Amino acid sequence: MFASFDFSVIGASLPYLFGQGMVFTLTLTALAASGGIVFGTLLAMMRLSSIPGLTHAAKLYVELMRSLPLVLVIFWFYFLVPYIGAWATGSATPIQVGAFSSALITFTLFEAAYFAEIMRAGIQSIPRGQTAAARALGMSYAQTMRLVVLPQALRNMLPLLLTQTIVLFQDTSLVYVLSLTDFLGAASKVAQRDGRLVEMYLFAALVYFAVCFTASLLVRRLQARTAIVR
Amino acid sequence: MNYTWNWGIFQEPSPEGAGTYADMLLSGLSWTIATALASWVIAFTLGSVIGVMRTLPSRAANAVGAAYVELFRNVPLLVQMFLWYFVLPELLPAGLGTAVKQLPDAPFYTAVLCLGFFTASRVAEQVRAGIQSLPRGQRMAGTAMGFTTVQTYRYVLLPNAYRIILPPLTSEFLNNLKNTSVALTIGLLELTARARSMQEFSFQVFEAFTAATILYLLLNLVVIAGATLLERTVAVPGAR
Repeated sequence: MFASFDFSVIGASLPYLFGQGMVFTLTLTALAASGGIVFGTLLAMMRLSSIPGLTHAAKLYVELMRSLPLVLVIFWFYFLVPYIGAWATGSATPIQVGAFSSALITFTLFEAAYFAEIMRAGIQSIPRGQTAAARALGMSYAQTMRLVVLPQALRNMLPLLLTQTIVLFQDTSLVYVLSLTDFLGAASKVAQRDGRLVEMYLFAALVYFAVCFTASLLVRRLQARTAIVR
Repeated sequence: MNYTWNWGIFQEPSPEGAGTYADMLLSGLSWTIATALASWVIAFTLGSVIGVMRTLPSRAANAVGAAYVELFRNVPLLVQMFLWYFVLPELLPAGLGTAVKQLPDAPFYTAVLCLGFFTASRVAEQVRAGIQSLPRGQRMAGTAMGFTTVQTYRYVLLPNAYRIILPPLTSEFLNNLKNTSVALTIGLLELTARARSMQEFSFQVFEAFTAATILYLLLNLVVIAGATLLERTVAVPGAR
């Protein structure tokens, strides 16, 4: 069945696939995950605050992002970001934003909605008595969050946050629609240049599978180890 | 900001010859709905089978179910789309492969299969969780009543499990609906693809994407309303 295929194309393109493609994918994943968790935590705190305006704004944002396909959101931001940039800097013409920055902004803002739901559950998992105790000790809201609630919420939600990061790692392959050279983009470019679609796509699938499967096994082990005995 | 808004663009004829830009978007919407529904049939059926396999008292069935879920969950959807569209026809016997490639609406059939198999792995996890959340006594009671394994699942476990997992299944259905947009990479003319081509033809970026966004939001609302109705209809009177 594989007689007519030439798998040497993979070996020849390894430096390009990993040196450029995988580095791009991992950079985008790491930056978007960190940004997403920070912004997502802020959204979760807004949503759980007692200020009606903030609560509704956060809820609207999260629900909107979660109702739209990522591909559409990628296109939205790709065209919208230059205009927002122009508006923010007061420039008359849309400013040039690189495709990487555009993708990074998109993934950070999009994944923040998903991270926000995880962090909301995390914050809610901390018994109310702890917040009350912190306030009774004279801590401010910021101190209560920073010293008491968030460290525990992060610890409880770490496995879920990491699982969501694996999903994000898979989702970054969608930058293909902007013709960026992430791992899949690199594989696809080699595939089309050399007419070796079967070999390259099978190899890409194998690499993604190996990375995600290993990562999810590690997350499962971490989950078993860090679980708090109640 | 020097963007020129033109909301009348939807009434203008599209360069495809037939119909307006609005018709173009609506045709995209119908492909989105058709793909989502057709792939959901596969996802729900196959996902239920795999999910049940993972709860059977058989090592082999368990291993097959687990392998399926891990395989389809750990490869990005876009890569799976390419595998079905570009790789599968090459691996089939030559005559069949050519026939598949020349099929009219090939992107549609490919997208349906790909999304069906992909979403099945997620449905399977929900079905398994639903069955495992039932008290052990229910399975035992079924056995004690003299039910076969099939009967226990058919009359005792599954009717309960499906009711419990209806909310997460709804969100899997919505994910499946949103994932249809990934099929634009293999040439399916669904809603996002149509909004994109409208933007390329007319340069009215934000009108096109706003319209697509509103249509997706409406679809979400319809699905959620439908699910709520379904939940109310199938609720066991007096339960909880």
